[in-house]
Amino acid sequence: MSIPLNIIKSCFVPLNIENVDTDQIIPARFLKATTKEGFGKNLFRDWRYENNDETKPKKGFVLNNPLYSGEILVAAKNFGCGSSREHAAWALKDYGFKAIVSSFFADIFKNNALNNGLLPVQVSDHFLQKIFSAIAKNPEAELEIDLEKQTIKLLDHSKHSSAEETFEINPYKKTCLLNGFDDIDYLLSLKKDIENFERSYTL
Amino acid sequence: MGKTLFEKIWEKHVVKQIEGGPSVFYIDKHFIHEVTSPQAFTGLNKRGIKVFRPEQTIATADHNVPTLNQHLPIKEELSRLQVEALKKNCAEHGVELYGLGHPFQGIVHVIGPELGITQPGMTIVCGDSHTSTHGAFGAIAFGIGTSEVEMVMATQCLLQSKPKLMRINIEGVLNEAVVSKDIILYIISKISASGATGYFVEYAGSAIRSLSMEARMTICNMSIEMGARGGMIAPDETTFHYIKGKTFAPQGEAWNHKLVYWKTLYTDADAKFDNEINIDAADIEPMITYGTNPGMGIGVTQKIPTADTVNENDRSGLSKSLAYMGLQEGAAIKGQKIDYVFIGSCTNSRIEDLRMVASFVKGKKKAAEVEVWIVPGSKQVEKQAIEEGIDKIFADAGFMLRQPGCSACLGMNEDKIPSGKYCISTSNRNFEGRQGAGARTLLASPLTAAAAAITGKVTDVRELISNTNQ
Ligand code: SF4
Repeated sequence: MSIPLNIIKSCFVPLNIENVDTDQIIPARFLKATTKEGFGKNLFRDWRYENNDETKPKKGFVLNNPLYSGEILVAAKNFGCGSSREHAAWALKDYGFKAIVSSFFADIFKNNALNNGLLPVQVSDHFLQKIFSAIAKNPEAELEIDLEKQTIKLLDHSKHSSAEETFEINPYKKTCLLNGFDDIDYLLSLKKDIENFERSYTL
Repeated sequence: MGKTLFEKIWEKHVVKQIEGGPSVFYIDKHFIHEVTSPQAFTGLNKRGIKVFRPEQTIATADHNVPTLNQHLPIKEELSRLQVEALKKNCAEHGVELYGLGHPFQGIVHVIGPELGITQPGMTIVCGDSHTSTHGAFGAIAFGIGTSEVEMVMATQCLLQSKPKLMRINIEGVLNEAVVSKDIILYIISKISASGATGYFVEYAGSAIRSLSMEARMTICNMSIEMGARGGMIAPDETTFHYIKGKTFAPQGEAWNHKLVYWKTLYTDADAKFDNEINIDAADIEPMITYGTNPGMGIGVTQKIPTADTVNENDRSGLSKSLAYMGLQEGAAIKGQKIDYVFIGSCTNSRIEDLRMVASFVKGKKKAAEVEVWIVPGSKQVEKQAIEEGIDKIFADAGFMLRQPGCSACLGMNEDKIPSGKYCISTSNRNFEGRQGAGARTLLASPLTAAAAAITGKVTDVRELISNTNQ
């Protein structure tokens, strides 16, 4: 069980970089832990700090920019490519993100995120550009993600304007997230089916 | 309508189809290692359950192990604890472990095939994205995250949606000194690091059929680097010949029986793919990457692209990459100075790779200022290299033969490339910091890496092979 998700309304952090791989999200040297906790402080470690030194945040990196905060990370296309490390999803979640918006997600990352109650929201290139240009002009712009309705809304209070798009999500995964169910509970409930399958199966 | 190879295997493994959702998908073999399994075991323990089918689970220690003095206790405390946790978890759950010191230990994607565990028609998963390697045998093999590792441990099943299917046909004869690593780097450079996202890829065509199993594994291994869920190649005589006699291969009657089934595993002539790409083998030259994703590759004689030749969206990526790499747009890559050479990883650390390097460097010496690490993929590869005298050739050339593990592929264990240094590497990822914070990686084939070891710079290997055939 994880915490059920439904509406996430928040400011957001714009990470306008393509092909963000999981080695950047959480470098390999932090994968030595044997628990799932505490990865947030090493999120984007080498982009965040000069020479791995926490007292020297890199000014240019968006997580260090006091203008931006919130529960949503917006990234350019092909987010989460590379290594299958689920630690990337744990780090994003532990840092405080509840949703990641991009125009394209790498497959394994998407699954890992969904399995940890972190919502990947895939939007069109056009909508993504709109989000990036809105926040460039107004750092207080917000996003409202409604999982039940599968909509994402860009709220730009300065212009009293909003734009909206719908997004796709596997209906099974949606039910899981809305209710905080996990796949393992579900699969365990199918033990009998699995044993029957094994009996009639030859490779 | 006919079926693809993927569909034939997929359909045999669907336990149940959830309406409007994924399939409950049965897994034949589950490989685990020290880095992505501890949290999954903790999950099982919290639920009070054991590994459901321990006999279908195989463990090894590879990512986080030193590659020197493996007989001594691991120095780094966190690494040692992680490897010890694997040992304890495997013992408690009855899972066979090929840990440090075991004659079968090695990189998970090297040992599965060489032990004959990996077989055609299987479904194989591992908490590691390069699980796609095993697809070279005509298996559905793909990487999973730790939650999924826990799922497979708990139920031997995963929830999976059927991916789209792509076929990449490579026809024709390969040029001199072009090997399978060049083929896959070429494909990724053409279709980009995300070009196959959402797809499962089948590689076909005469150029693929002509390859050895080791070479096929190199290609399937890097499928993930173009975003694909996995890659596969239909099994044929080359496959059957490779498996026969391996430690866990079927024997006697069982072998004959399996062979009949394995021979049905091919894509029917009238099967349909969602996407198909054709490549002429003659267009491929020895490849090298210049940037920070595996799609940023060029032929070794070509120039690094300039901003005006790439599409608008890729421009900022290009300048960011080149700034990290300390390279100039429009410059030649040939002649670039190299500090380290790493020949290893699940992409290129098999006996064939080592033989290829050895036959090329025999009688040559490495450039004085270059450090060369050769890291065999497994204990068995190491043993064979020593038996064949390959270790002597490396020693004479000034190359350092280390012990099996992932080593400098991922900047996690002790083997790291120092910040700012250039490493030509036979591994599969050139991401920022992949081989250590600040390390600059150029991906290439074992031959191109060996050529750089001799000259100390990026070299067109063809200039060094006068008339020896690789
Ligand atoms: S060698 Fe590299 S890519 Fe292969 S399993 Fe090890 S870390 Fe992963």
